[in-house]
Amino acid sequence: MIGLEFIYRLMGVLVAGIAIVNARDSANPKRWRNTMFWGIYAVTFLAGSYLPDRVNGLLVIVMVAVASIGMGQASGEGSTRETRLANAAKWGNRLFIPVLVIPFGTLLGTLTFKGGTFNGIAVMDPKQVTLISLGLSTLLALLVGLAMLRPAPSAPLVEARRLMDSVSWAAVLPQSLAALGAVFAASGVGAVIATLAGDYLPLGSPLSVVMAYSIGMALFTMIMGNAFAAFPVMTAGIGLPLIVGRFGGDVVVMSAIGMLSGFCGTLMTPMAANFNIVPAALLELRDRHGVIKVQVPTALLLLSANIVLMYVFVFRRP
Amino acid sequence: MLTLIGILIVVVGFALRLNPLLVVTVAGLATGIASGKPLLDVIAAFGHAFIESRYVAIVWLVLPVIGLLERFGLKERARDLISRLRVATTGRVLLLYMFIRQVTSALGLTSLGGQAQMVRPLIAPMAEGAAETRHGELSPDTRDFIRAHAAASDNVGYFFGEDIFIAIGSILLIRGFLDQNGITVEPAALALWAIPTAVCAFAIHGTRLLLLDRKIAARIAREQAAGSNEATGTGAPMERS
Repeated sequence: MIGLEFIYRLMGVLVAGIAIVNARDSANPKRWRNTMFWGIYAVTFLAGSYLPDRVNGLLVIVMVAVASIGMGQASGEGSTRETRLANAAKWGNRLFIPVLVIPFGTLLGTLTFKGGTFNGIAVMDPKQVTLISLGLSTLLALLVGLAMLRPAPSAPLVEARRLMDSVSWAAVLPQSLAALGAVFAASGVGAVIATLAGDYLPLGSPLSVVMAYSIGMALFTMIMGNAFAAFPVMTAGIGLPLIVGRFGGDVVVMSAIGMLSGFCGTLMTPMAANFNIVPAALLELRDRHGVIKVQVPTALLLLSANIVLMYVFVFRRP
Repeated sequence: MLTLIGILIVVVGFALRLNPLLVVTVAGLATGIASGKPLLDVIAAFGHAFIESRYVAIVWLVLPVIGLLERFGLKERARDLISRLRVATTGRVLLLYMFIRQVTSALGLTSLGGQAQMVRPLIAPMAEGAAETRHGELSPDTRDFIRAHAAASDNVGYFFGEDIFIAIGSILLIRGFLDQNGITVEPAALALWAIPTAVCAFAIHGTRLLLLDRKIAARIAREQAAGSNEATGTGAPMERS
């Protein structure tokens, strides 16, 4: 059975390769920092499942220390604009084939292997089919690209390193934030927030509780970085006792629109790194918060719309 | 109350624009220590959660093939393709992408998109290409602005499409949480009540995207009026060759 562990091995090999390319790049004055950062990150993929938690924790801290003193960038591109334009003209729309292999391969893999068995044994870990399909599709796409373009063997790694170093430490941020969320949850941060909200917010009328719940979902999502962490806290603290309990609101309408109010918060927070900070790095924006800035107007308007929708529909008598 | 120190550190750290990785790690350790755990246990908990969350990094596996294709002119081709379509403007390209992203997510096909897989190699170059066809070379600021909008159109379409699909994580989470509280709800009912917000999201962000072309034109007019040489500068770092 193919499980996530296999995909982590692939990641480990890729990141180790990126570390090696960095080590060989004498043009980058900070190359050893990059090598160390990606080297340790590779270890967390290759051996993380077997190392004690404390060792993993210390590895992460060393990575953070290296990132904090500053990492270097890849020196220049592996190709000139002229050759890229010439190649674009030569290969034309065929260049899109490997790109499209990734989403459609993931989709096909998900549909095919969900519960798919071979001689009675599951081909993929049924709980992780989408992630495993994504991992395998990227491999397939790479093979298609290599067969088609026949580049120098080092090209995929050198190019992966160019992109990875432009994303730099931001590549690891989503994982650190997930870890922070786990620490917050274990330390009871949510309960404290819910108590504070209950003590200090005006919660006397149906409209005020709807506003407190929706805006609370958005704000707490901004703090935690995802709506999944905010939903149980806000719903147990304000939603169920007040909107449903005291004012007789509909639990389905409240939950559905409440979660989506949380998503409005996701659009506005750097804590949702994989949606907001990573794309800024990936697109090489000079402003780390550039994506958030263009999303804020939509998020605020949509949050207002959610408050109106919830107020209109949640107290409607069936 | 002391357990909230992590939140304080995060807010202050992000506001001061310190390295987010450092801020997040310090916040995690401080929160753990404030809740009375020994330092080594906190480090272990942090390490454990970091290892458990490795799945969010799987998307980086796309980098070798995307990088390889970029070396062979993928982004240049994406731009060229769009510039041949006279009706394609930045706003319309992004509106169409957001629509497809939202509809496919609503059908559970959330893997047909994403920042690394689609936005960086295809959507952002197309959005830029459409603007370049009309306005010539873009200033770094305008280029960044368009790229940021490309990323935003993926996020908005994805977030407010996926909740209409009944087997998605957030619906399952709501159902599981309510179950624990003794309330049984139908996933289909939750998905149904995600539709009004989805329609509003499309209307709000779609309108902004339709106005985007005018906004870009206004930005460029302003830059030209300012007459600074930087406005027509040498392009963003991505384009340096």
